Amino acid sequence: MSAEKTYVEDVDRSFYDFRFEDRDNYRVSSGLTEEIIRQISKEKHDPDWMLEFRLQSLKVFEQMPMTTWGPSIKGLDLQNIVTYVRPNTERMHAKWEEVPENIKETFERLGIPQSERESLAGVGAQYDSELVYHNVRKEVADLGVVYTDIESALRGEYADMIRERFMKLVPPTDHKFAALHGAVWSGGSFVYVPPGVTVEIPLQSYFRLNAPGAGQFEHTLIIVDKGANLHFIEGCSAPKYNVANLHAGCVELYVGENATLRYSTIENWSKNMYNLNTKRARVEKGGKVEWVSGSFGSHVSYLYPMSILKGEGARCEFTGVTFAGAGQNLDTGCKIVHDAPKTTSYVNTRSISKSGGISTFRSAVVVTAKAENSKSSVSCESLMLDDESRSDTIPVMDVRTNQADIGHEAKIGRISDEAIFYLMSRGLSEEDARALIVSGFAENVSKELPLEYAVEMNNLIRIEMKGAIG
Amino acid sequence: MANELVFIKNLSAKAEEKEILKSLSLSIGRGETHVVMGPNGAGKSTLASVLMGDPAYEVTGGSIEFDGRDIGELAVHERAKQGIFLSFQNPIEVPGISLENFVRSALERQTEKKMKIWEFRKEVKRVLETLAMDPHYAERDLNVGFSGGEKKKAEILQMLLLKPKFAILDETDSGLDVDAVRTVSKGIEEFQKDASASLLVITHNAAILSALRVDAVHILVDGRIVRTGGKELIEQVGREGFAPFLEETE
Repeated sequence: MSAEKTYVEDVDRSFYDFRFEDRDNYRVSSGLTEEIIRQISKEKHDPDWMLEFRLQSLKVFEQMPMTTWGPSIKGLDLQNIVTYVRPNTERMHAKWEEVPENIKETFERLGIPQSERESLAGVGAQYDSELVYHNVRKEVADLGVVYTDIESALRGEYADMIRERFMKLVPPTDHKFAALHGAVWSGGSFVYVPPGVTVEIPLQSYFRLNAPGAGQFEHTLIIVDKGANLHFIEGCSAPKYNVANLHAGCVELYVGENATLRYSTIENWSKNMYNLNTKRARVEKGGKVEWVSGSFGSHVSYLYPMSILKGEGARCEFTGVTFAGAGQNLDTGCKIVHDAPKTTSYVNTRSISKSGGISTFRSAVVVTAKAENSKSSVSCESLMLDDESRSDTIPVMDVRTNQADIGHEAKIGRISDEAIFYLMSRGLSEEDARALIVSGFAENVSKELPLEYAVEMNNLIRIEMKGAIG
Repeated sequence: MANELVFIKNLSAKAEEKEILKSLSLSIGRGETHVVMGPNGAGKSTLASVLMGDPAYEVTGGSIEFDGRDIGELAVHERAKQGIFLSFQNPIEVPGISLENFVRSALERQTEKKMKIWEFRKEVKRVLETLAMDPHYAERDLNVGFSGGEKKKAEILQMLLLKPKFAILDETDSGLDVDAVRTVSKGIEEFQKDASASLLVITHNAAILSALRVDAVHILVDGRIVRTGGKELIEQVGREGFAPFLEETE
C-alpha cells in the first residue's frame, strides 16, 4: 500500500503544470514560491510540522549564497529552479524514442530487458520489481524491521521517530542545496531496525527509484538500533535518465550503540546530471558505519558522506571509487568527525580519470579534544588514463588532541606500458588489458559489494573504458 | 624449411634511437628447443620482446615468420593467439584478478571457447603440484605479493596451461635459488614433452639447461648471432665465459 503511494503521487502533474505556466510572469528569483511548496506539501499529505519545515527551508534556500568552492555548477538554471522541482509533465513522461542513444546503448550492453529499460530511463511504468520489493518487505517485517517509503512513514506508527530525526543530521542551513532539499524533498526510504536484529539480506532502494520523477530529491532515513545490523544498497548501475538534471538527495543514518550499518551506493547518473547529494551518519558508542561508494555518472558531483563518531569506540570505514570520463567533473570524498575517545576511521579510495575527466578527492578528518586515543588512516590512489585527464587530492586535517594517531597517504599513477604489454602477451586486446587493470584498481570497492553488483560495476568499467557512454 | 616454426631473417630493431638487434637471423623447428646465451646488453631480452611484438621497440628491418605467416604487423595479443608465449623476466602485478581466473580467461580468449571450470581447476592443481607451488596461489591476485621465485613459477604455470606452440623464456632462471631452478626446469621439461612445442630459452646461466633437451645453442653478441652449435657451447661458456665470442663480432 505504502509503496504504491509514491507512484500515485505522480499522477496529478498536469494540474500544477498548468498553474505554473500561468504564473510565469510573476516568478521571483528562483521561481520557487511558498505556494508551490504548499502545493507539494498538500499533494503529499504532509503533517503540519512538515509543511512548516518546508517553508522554513525555502526561506533558508532563498537567503543562502551559491556554492562557489567546487566544480562549476553554472549549468544549473537556478533562476528556473522550479522546473527541476516540478518538471513539465510531458517531459517527465518522455518517449522512449527521445532517450539519448548512448543511454539506450548502455542498457543494451548491460543486458537489461526492455521493460526495465523503459522504467530506468524514466519513460515507462513501474515494472515487476514491485513484486520483489513487496516480498522483501514482508520478509524483513517479520523481524520487526520497518522498510517503507518515507511519506507513508511520516503518517504512520513511526511518525515521531522521524520527526525527531528528519534533517537533524543535515539541517537545511547546511548549504543551499540542503535547504532546497528541505523545501521540496520527495520520495525515499525509511528503515528502522529494532535492537539486536540482524537483517541478513541487503535492502535495496533500487526498486523504488525506478518511479518516474523519483530519486531526484529523495530522502533516506535509516535508524539501526542498539546491536542491530543492516546493509542498505542505494542506486543501480544502469544510467538513470532524467530530463531534469539536478539531484539533491539527502541521506541520514543513525547507527546505535554496537550497531553496524553498511551503506553501499553504485551511482551512474546520466551525464547531464548535477549530483549535489548530502549524506551523513551519526554513530554511537561501539557502533560502526561502513560506506561503500562507487561514483560513475553525472556531469558534476559534489559528494562527501560524513560520519560523526559520537560515542566511545565508534568506527567508520569508507571505501570509494570515482570514475570521471569525458565531460565529467566529480568532486568526491568524505568527512569524519572524531568526537569521542577511541574512535577509529579508515578511508580507502580510488579515483580514475579518463578522456579529460576531472576527479578530485577531498577528505576532512576532524579530531576534537574529546577524542583521545583515536585513530584515522586515509589513503587515496588515483589513476590517470591519459594526459588530458586530471586528478587532485585535497586532504584536510584538524586535530585538537595530542593523543591521536592520524595518517594520510596519496598516490597518483598511470598504467604502465609494461603492464599492457604483459597482459596483451596473454591474448588480451589493449582495451581489455586496460579495463582489467582499471577493474583491479577499483577492486577495493567491488570486493565489498554483493556479487551481482560487483559484476555490474565491472561491466560499467568495461563500458566506460570503451567510451560507450558519452 | 617446412618444419620450421619460427623463421627470423635479418631482423633489426631499435629502442629510443639505439640500435639493439642488428640483422639477426635465427630459425627454430617444430618441437625444437633453442638456447640463446650472451653477455649483458647483447640484446637477448630485446629479441624476446620483439618476437612478442612489444611496441617499445621499433623493427627497422628484416622479417619474422611464424607458422608460415609473416607476423611483423600483428599486435601483441594477436601473436599470443597465434601461439606465441613469453615468460617475462619481471612479471607485472595485477590486482583484482586471481591467477587461476586470469589464465582461464586468457585461454578462453585465445581459443574462443568456454572452459569447464572444474576440469580447468583440476588441471591448475596438477600444474601447481608440478611446480611445487602452494595451491593457494591459484586464488591469489596475479603476481601480487609473489616472491621473485613464485612469479617465475607462475609464468611457467601459465605456459603449461596456455599450451602455446612456441614459448620464449626470458631469463626465467635469474634470481632463483637452486631448488627453484630445479623446479622450473621440471616445468620446462613437461612442456618439452609435447613433441610439437618449440622453445627459445634465453639465459646466461647454464644451470637451468643441464636437465633439458637442447637442440641448438646460439651465442648472441652485440645484436647478432655470432655462433650456433650444440650443447657443447653451453659448456664452453661455462668454462670460458663470453670473452672468446666477443672477438667474433669484429
